[in-house]
Amino acid sequence: MRGLEVSFDLNGTPVRANVALSDRLSTTLRDHLGLVGTKVGCDAGDCGACTVLIDGAPCCACLVPVGQAEGAKVTTVEGLKSTGTLSRLQESFLHFGAAQCGICTPGMLVSAAALLQRTPNPTRSEVTDALGGVLCRCTGYSKIIDAVVHATGFNSGDVSPPVGASVGAGIRRLDGGPKVAGTEAFGADLTPDDAVIVRVLRSPHHHAAFAFGDIAGYVDCHPGVLAVFTAVDVAGRNCFGVIPPFADQPVFAEKFVRYRGEAVAAIAGERAAMKTLDLDEFPITWEPLLHVLTPDQAQSEDAPRLHDGRDRNVLVRGYVERGDIAAGFAQASHVVEGRFSTPFIEHAYIEPEAGFARRVGDRIEVFASTQAPHMDRGTLAEILALDPTQIRVVPTACGGGFGSKIDISLQPYIAIAAWHLNRPAALTYSRQESMQSTTKRHPSETRAKIGCDETGKITAFEFEGTFNTGAYASWGPTVANRVPVHASGPYFTPNYVARSVAVHTNGPPSGAFRGFGVPQSAIAQECLYDELAVKLGIDHLEFRLRNALSNGQATVTGQVLAKGVGITACLDALKPAWERAKSEASRFNRQTNGSSLRRGVGIASCWYGCGNTSLPNPSTIRMGVSPDGRVVLHQGAVDIGQGATTVIAQIAADALGVPVHSLDLLGGDTDLTPDAGKTSASRQTYVSGMAAKLAGESLRRKILRHANVSSDARILSKHGCLELVDGAVVTSLDLSRLAPDEFGYVFRGEETYDPPTKPLDEKGQGVPYAVYGYGAQIMELTVDTVLGTVKLDRLSTAHDVGRAINPVLIEGQIEGGSAQGIGMALMENYVPGRTENLHDYLIPTFGDVPVVENIIVEVTDAEGPYGAKGLGEHVLIPTAPAILNAIRDATGALVRDLPATPDKVRAAIKAIRE
Amino acid sequence: MYERPTTVDAALSLLAKDRWTVLAGGTDFYPALRDQAVTEPVLDISALKGLRGIRREGNSWRIGALTTWSDVISDNLPPAFDALKLAAREVGSVQIQNRATVAGNICNASPAADGVPPLLILDAAVETVSSRGKRHLALADFILGNRATALRPDEIVTGILIPAEIAQGRSHFVKLGTRKYLVISIAMVAARIETGVDNRVTGASVSVGACSVVAQRLRGLEQALIAKPCDDSLAQAVLSAHLAHLSPIDDIRANADYRAEAACELVRRALLGCLT
Repeated sequence: MRGLEVSFDLNGTPVRANVALSDRLSTTLRDHLGLVGTKVGCDAGDCGACTVLIDGAPCCACLVPVGQAEGAKVTTVEGLKSTGTLSRLQESFLHFGAAQCGICTPGMLVSAAALLQRTPNPTRSEVTDALGGVLCRCTGYSKIIDAVVHATGFNSGDVSPPVGASVGAGIRRLDGGPKVAGTEAFGADLTPDDAVIVRVLRSPHHHAAFAFGDIAGYVDCHPGVLAVFTAVDVAGRNCFGVIPPFADQPVFAEKFVRYRGEAVAAIAGERAAMKTLDLDEFPITWEPLLHVLTPDQAQSEDAPRLHDGRDRNVLVRGYVERGDIAAGFAQASHVVEGRFSTPFIEHAYIEPEAGFARRVGDRIEVFASTQAPHMDRGTLAEILALDPTQIRVVPTACGGGFGSKIDISLQPYIAIAAWHLNRPAALTYSRQESMQSTTKRHPSETRAKIGCDETGKITAFEFEGTFNTGAYASWGPTVANRVPVHASGPYFTPNYVARSVAVHTNGPPSGAFRGFGVPQSAIAQECLYDELAVKLGIDHLEFRLRNALSNGQATVTGQVLAKGVGITACLDALKPAWERAKSEASRFNRQTNGSSLRRGVGIASCWYGCGNTSLPNPSTIRMGVSPDGRVVLHQGAVDIGQGATTVIAQIAADALGVPVHSLDLLGGDTDLTPDAGKTSASRQTYVSGMAAKLAGESLRRKILRHANVSSDARILSKHGCLELVDGAVVTSLDLSRLAPDEFGYVFRGEETYDPPTKPLDEKGQGVPYAVYGYGAQIMELTVDTVLGTVKLDRLSTAHDVGRAINPVLIEGQIEGGSAQGIGMALMENYVPGRTENLHDYLIPTFGDVPVVENIIVEVTDAEGPYGAKGLGEHVLIPTAPAILNAIRDATGALVRDLPATPDKVRAAIKAIRE
Repeated sequence: MYERPTTVDAALSLLAKDRWTVLAGGTDFYPALRDQAVTEPVLDISALKGLRGIRREGNSWRIGALTTWSDVISDNLPPAFDALKLAAREVGSVQIQNRATVAGNICNASPAADGVPPLLILDAAVETVSSRGKRHLALADFILGNRATALRPDEIVTGILIPAEIAQGRSHFVKLGTRKYLVISIAMVAARIETGVDNRVTGASVSVGACSVVAQRLRGLEQALIAKPCDDSLAQAVLSAHLAHLSPIDDIRANADYRAEAACELVRRALLGCLT
């Protein structure tokens, strides 16, 4: 039949599909041929996740009409395996840690396979050229390059650490196999065939009143559309928020919307009808209202008030005061001051929000990409007016989160549709929808004033930060509270005042994004530190060392850490790199004198408190021995690519005393696994890791006590029994003789850990966190002073992780987090209505990250498991200020409004020459 | 509706009867859909025979309408095409270059089209056909504005023609963007220089993209370069006045003043790039 059937060779097998031939090849592969290994990240050729080979040539399957596949040979990630095993390339990705969340991995693998076909031993630059069209938001690309360059020459086989030595071993990710095989199931990969498809109608205006027309008539005249849901269909509370006292966001807006992209209705129907549905025909009339997009506008007298009771649109203020600020400045011999700004920043995970829900009797089950399954459960219970026990949340593989997937997004829409229609209901956000509607990093306007004495000791630090929290609260209060606690940086600051305010605007809700406001405040602090060092004529690293916080000194909240303050160790570790970088830069600048190129070196530090700020933040981990002798770890710390699945298992294995690879892992299904809290605030290794350590130790004690053997006994798991080897004595426990408990286990260890923090008083004094992590980074870069372009040459990092549970995963966090810092410094700028796609909103590509050299510093923490500290957010914080400091070092130019795009760098260079 | 004819005649008779959206590489068509499904009739010309590849035809070079950017990169062409080859490597990504066509790039008529400046310096003409016959239009007459061309609804582009006497000398292309791969230009410049026996410039063509609605030649500069020694001093011949007829805009990628200044520098660098 003309125009309806296509046949081609798919991974060596002839296939036929009856589809519209103008459909995207990616759609046919996923929806009609059942191969969901090909991922869709943008539907616009901007991300390369959907890369397949057509007759051996890589192309974006989202840009190819399936009609063009007629007679062609199409290879997807599923076709890379040979005879059922991973190819060398796939194993290399696993070996080098090249897959984190795994959503870009199929596109990377397919592109790399095409390269290796013609160039078996590629150079690093050949790899970046060949893979440059595929974006990764997790890894920072270095490990992907390693994996491709060494695809034919690495030692295959994983490290299998002996009992008691899992902690510290750079084992491969335990969940990595499916990620490199292309079989990992992300939110969009599980849609049941009989699911109805949900689409969400969203506001095209920043602020508008609206009225629905004849919705019943609309449903009647659109065959295949089954139902439209609006605020009246929310059985429970049409209001949600991650911090219950501040909850203010409706599932569906009522009467008016507060931001562009806000949901007003959801339409559910059969797949074919929904695909071609033109949402512009929906019966709704809009009346645009005056809107405000900046805190300045929002705080003015005549600005619209977004929420009752929030005067001048102020959501919340934060404050920390220590010492005597006036006296501190009076002591100062040098004072610097500056204003800085940053824009909205988009998380830009390659997986847009996706999932499906189904009704099972009087329960609802939600399978979706999330960072916080138990929080999702509680929120959905309120929205649906169900008991939390009636909600089951099953986290799918999460294709990147970075903070945004802590908040709910699509979950209520699929749950409401599935509940009312009694059919599975699925929804996959488009890239534009994801960018418009989900949370962002808070835009910031900061001002800081810092004074130091003749010896270079900081005497006073004053900070003010205004954060644009967008239309709804989300994590705005957290940002406002975290920033004043952290704005001093990891330095002893005796006299200190820091004020922050989160202001509502008609922008998208600002929420959690790797660092919760601290990356923004660190820019002000670290850039002004450099200016002080310049004034004093002191080496910039030495200046930081003179002020570095040490054990026994009070932080700006008056907290005294007796042990584990690692900033000095990080700065010391970087000294050789610093000296080399400075001398190489001056040699380069001498040799190229007169050219437009100037090389510079910049340094910046970070600290970051792990877990909630002075609030309860528990994790529970359950381990059990089943009657057949399996040791099961219920691991509820969602792995969004950072590696919690592997790290928590390493800790649990050592605590129990079994090989890590012998553990049976269960994920975060809320029906099966206790709450390990949300994946945020760099808390999983520390908090859930502590719970895992306690659970493993508890389980070990119970087993050993039951067997009446010494605490040194080794536990060997055999089929149906446990053997306890205590010196020369072997005791065998026949598990079939023991009564299983309510969870089916004959032995169980289940422990909860909550960080010991203390509330902050009205001056912000107290113990906000039990554990902090520290770090410092050096960026070497070259500025083209005529064009204002910046080329990053090398990044040297030193991060204090307390104890490196898995060094390979730690490097992955550092490289990936710093790549996000690079994006923040040089290119990222979310403008509502303007950069709602991945070609106008730029994130770093393979060609924008430098060579990275990492030093892992281990200053044992007093509290964390095996001395470990959190890391995930720390790694992003120093990168942007190190870049700005290096630009200043190279050129003298002060860039204070991010991103430092070429036009701004050039303008700053001209400003100093005029 | 979707048709994928294999002959130009079949395509033209379809076009003579109905309105179609013509698709070749698809790399501009699908992104423009945003969140909507394909609803318009699509005429997929990717299977038309005889339109792919670059070949010499008498006094012209012909870039067939289905020639992809990857074809340009891998083809063995004289140095006057170096600018086009360099531009080819800057079009999106390898994935895009493997599907996107040179002709599609000019039909899409983006102000930031990477292909237009290097074709302008080669005096490229566009060959269109319909059932009513064939037309040849200079590239500058073909692209009328932002996303606007002189292509009639019943026509397709069959090739891009470059006079052999113009495809002489050496050429270079420079693109300025905010990141390395997958980036839309802030500004870009293509330049071509011909020299005589005494190594003086006998012919020059220079064009600037992304600084006006349609990429522009710098005729004044081209005149000023004639008879200049073909060495580093060429850069000094470039004056901002030579770019005065451009109309750069402020947008998310850069502001207008910067664009104008950067374009001037890129012109110098493109000229120097022709020397090596």
